[in-house]
Amino acid sequence: MFMRFQIGALSKVKWNEVAVRFLFGGAITVATGLIAQRYGPTVGGLFLAFPAIFPASVTLLAKKQREKKAKHGMEGDLRGRHAAALEARGTVMGCVGLVCFALMLWKTLPRWNAAGGLLLATCVWLAFSTLLWALLRRWRHSGHHAGRLVEPKTHA
Amino acid sequence: MLLTMLIRFLVGGIVVCAFAMTGEVVEPKSLAGVFGAAPSVAIATLSLTIWKEGRLYASQESRSMVAGGLAFLIYAWCCMAILPKTNWKTRTMSAAMLIVWGITALGCWFFLLR
Repeated sequence: MFMRFQIGALSKVKWNEVAVRFLFGGAITVATGLIAQRYGPTVGGLFLAFPAIFPASVTLLAKKQREKKAKHGMEGDLRGRHAAALEARGTVMGCVGLVCFALMLWKTLPRWNAAGGLLLATCVWLAFSTLLWALLRRWRHSGHHAGRLVEPKTHA
Repeated sequence: MLLTMLIRFLVGGIVVCAFAMTGEVVEPKSLAGVFGAAPSVAIATLSLTIWKEGRLYASQESRSMVAGGLAFLIYAWCCMAILPKTNWKTRTMSAAMLIVWGITALGCWFFLLR
């Protein structure tokens, strides 16, 4: 199976990281609402895809990798940046799904039930993103492409 | 007004954390990156917008979100390409590159959506 869920990884999550994400998520949701109120839905809609969480996520990931290397007396800056770039590669695929999510809602919301439309669009995001990720992974592993980013062996 | 903002803040925070936690438990790590572009803010905002303003208004926001999503894609691509090749700190780099998102999103708005 290409996708696994390590529920145990939740025990390693620090509460301050959760708090940072909660604050960023809450703040950007409020900000998007205020922008839409002030400048209308056309400008407000742009911010529905604002990368609010991504910079915080990659920073935390790079820091974890750096600390892991530092424990062994090594300098882990490059490793941290590589791990962040790897995360960004997954995010690129998530963005393709995000565009499909928005297209789906744009076309279905005026006609469909709102809850059903949101649920279906979320499924479309997940399906497109993971399918694209799986296809690219298979392509890289088949030897057609010499990827420079190395996947960390353990969950960060 | 203040209550609406508080509800927005709570719903946004909860949905973002839910997607982030899913990203934490997913392996391999490159797949976890997919959750960096989870539509968490969009789900939180659009559900409240549909409730307050109706589906047509939310549909208009979704149309603009297509442009925002393309801008995010270009931003993430730039981060992926540049991060391993520079000595900048990840935090500085990922924050500085937000200008790419801003220029692309505003460009799309100016030329296509306005």
